[in-house]
Amino acid sequence: MSQVDTHSHTDHHDDHHDHGPAKGLKRWLFTTNHKDIGTMYLIFSLVMFMTGGAMAMVIRAELFQPGLQLVEPGFFNQMTTMHALIMVFGAVMPATVGLANWMIPIMIGAPDMALPRMNNWSFWILPFAFTMLLSTLIMPGGGPAGGWTMYPPLIQQTGVALPFLIFAIHMMGVSSIMGAINIVVTIMNMRAPGMTLLKMPLFVWTWLITAYLLVAVMPVLAGGVTMLLTDQYFGTTFFNAAGGGDPVMFQHIFWFFGHPEVYIMILPAFGIISEIIPTFSRKPLFGYESMVYATASIAFLSFIVWAHHMFTVGMPIAGQLFFMFSTMMIAVPTGVKVFNWISTMWRGAMTFETPMLFSLAFVFLFTIGGFSGLMLAIAPADFQYHDTYFVVAHFHYVLVPGAVFAIMAGVYYWLPKWTGNMYDETLGKVHFWMSTIFVNVLFFPQHFLGLAGMPRRIPDYATQFADFNMISSIGGFGFGLSQLLFIYVVIKCAKGGVKATDKVWDEPRGLEWTLSSPPPYHSFSVAPEIK
Amino acid sequence: MLAKQGTAYYVPHGSHWPIVGSVGLFSLMIGASSWLNEAAFGKYLFLVGVAILVTMMAGWFGNVIAESESGAYNLQVDKSFRMGMSWFIFSEVMFFAAFFGALFYVRNLSVPWLGGAGNNFFTNLLNWETFQAAWPTNGPANVGGDYETMSPWGLPAINTLILLTSGATITVAHHAIKEGNRRLLNIFLFLTFALGFLFVGLQGYEYYHAYNDLNLTMASGVYGSTFFMITGFHGMHVTVGAIMLTVIWFRTMKGHFLPEHHFGFEAVAWYWHFVDVVWLLLFIFVYWL
Repeated sequence: MSQVDTHSHTDHHDDHHDHGPAKGLKRWLFTTNHKDIGTMYLIFSLVMFMTGGAMAMVIRAELFQPGLQLVEPGFFNQMTTMHALIMVFGAVMPATVGLANWMIPIMIGAPDMALPRMNNWSFWILPFAFTMLLSTLIMPGGGPAGGWTMYPPLIQQTGVALPFLIFAIHMMGVSSIMGAINIVVTIMNMRAPGMTLLKMPLFVWTWLITAYLLVAVMPVLAGGVTMLLTDQYFGTTFFNAAGGGDPVMFQHIFWFFGHPEVYIMILPAFGIISEIIPTFSRKPLFGYESMVYATASIAFLSFIVWAHHMFTVGMPIAGQLFFMFSTMMIAVPTGVKVFNWISTMWRGAMTFETPMLFSLAFVFLFTIGGFSGLMLAIAPADFQYHDTYFVVAHFHYVLVPGAVFAIMAGVYYWLPKWTGNMYDETLGKVHFWMSTIFVNVLFFPQHFLGLAGMPRRIPDYATQFADFNMISSIGGFGFGLSQLLFIYVVIKCAKGGVKATDKVWDEPRGLEWTLSSPPPYHSFSVAPEIK
Repeated sequence: MLAKQGTAYYVPHGSHWPIVGSVGLFSLMIGASSWLNEAAFGKYLFLVGVAILVTMMAGWFGNVIAESESGAYNLQVDKSFRMGMSWFIFSEVMFFAAFFGALFYVRNLSVPWLGGAGNNFFTNLLNWETFQAAWPTNGPANVGGDYETMSPWGLPAINTLILLTSGATITVAHHAIKEGNRRLLNIFLFLTFALGFLFVGLQGYEYYHAYNDLNLTMASGVYGSTFFMITGFHGMHVTVGAIMLTVIWFRTMKGHFLPEHHFGFEAVAWYWHFVDVVWLLLFIFVYWL
């Protein structure tokens, strides 16, 4: 951050954006700068990742052995619920938004985000929203414990915490919608001359489509949780059969949001991977246009598959068949992506720096998560897997070595650009290998547990599940500790180290590499020329 | 006034309004939650939050208006605002879609199922044997007691006329602003929000009538739930829209906007047409069919 001032005087073109950053706390509270806001999003996400991670440690510690040893079952349920809410809304989403904030204006040659003040508000709602959500843990009756999916009537036993949960979700929704609108408008209106849509980096493309998903589904979640609130406090009967409503209707509304939500978390990850693999394969991305169309197809399909999360509720058979086949169809565009990444590497002059290692692990391990997803898509088979640890293993494979690994790959890839310093490659590789080994020790045995019938969201289990649970917990503790190393590497890099060149890597593509490392506080006040 | 319009994209200074807004939103949300939990301070904290948010909006929009009038915004900034407003309205469409989706779901699926449709013969036989599926309904348990439904051909039809007329008056106002006819603009913009507030007033009267004469309340089963949630959120949006129109009217009275540069007016006009279209769907599916 110390170099930022030296660049700022070179690029003010009117009276409005002069100067470098303001001093002290004011800089961060009042900032309209996409880089500052991106940094805050990323730091916030890391804090939430560790908070949600601590809750995961409580869960794995309790499950280390059969029987109840450490926590009350009620508190265990609060941990599973809060872990999910925090990781989804607090860790993964803000991390990808942070990367979008930092990189999109630079990648398309824009001076900043299109709506900079609103950008600040999108971020600054989040710390308040999560303060509100976390505060429920110390309320009478504790935090929400009915699972992050908030199914009624169970969630309506929450008590004091319920309105806090619902209003915290409203705040996160407001933040996400504003952030997404900003990203769409930036991409559609702020591209440098010559940067046509099909010249945009894939990270920009995936975020454009993600932002569209966010604007489309966050309001639906808001509507759904509002109905929960009025059912609880104002006597409505949306989810109560006695009044003509249906508790299953909440599941439809929730998953109409929830399924696009999983693509909101993974599409930006696809974009990051599509940036990194070409750089370290020293080849352009294979099938660029098919990547764009595949992303758009996945986004479209994500709206018509939601009920595969609820095959066991007693849907009409036609509904089960429709949602089964539409879900399986998603494998086609996803397969296009995976094969494109592999084809990009084919005959490339590959090297294996930390971002590339994370990307390779992503391709391999995300695909495992995709395959278990295909198994779950088969309605008759899902009757067996539903609500077991197989589901837990599936979505953790796509989210942890999927989304989280991609975010870490992106952080390692762009950290030298952000800070001007190279990170410690040796420690980065140690972090990678520890994470990759432990994440598999953690989640792979959960497939076996689920297939053998162990239910999810439960603090105790039959002794037949003891061995795999112990292995999984050891993996969990190892994975948790490995992330402390990640924090150390990031802080060490921010503080100093070998100076990074402007290009950082060997002939990477994209406008971000034409700027200095770190880039000036205001970049591209004059739009670059795109050939 | 806009002669010195810059060529560079306007990137504003740091602003304190967003963080003020966050504090306001935080107190509003904590206040509302505590209020629902019957904590004495809840109502007051909620009102403090509302006050902070109103201050924030006045200050923030005030900044934007001052910048706009000083010519800081070039055509590209204008385009950002247009796109931003369009996507915001799209998000509002999706919010209403959740409630309309709930309405269609209960009418076409869950209520018939409770009556034994499809493979739900035993649901009806074992749980709600006397229940005959029909719409409107307050459910097999007669939740909220006997009630009468709201007839579409009284006040709701008048309200439809009022909103459609207001859609026409704002279009006249828009043509007036483009032709520089300020007098016509001021009159027709005034008529638009006057009709808007009249609509809200009549909705208020209709609610009074529903609660006091028809025993139709939010707790009248799923008919009451969908009726009041959809009309209620629509009414809130009309109120907000009418307030925004009033603000724009004060601006036109002060001489703001140019024939070729009046995004603030257009944004509110788009919003107004949006609440109009929602009302038409609402009139058809909530009141009429």
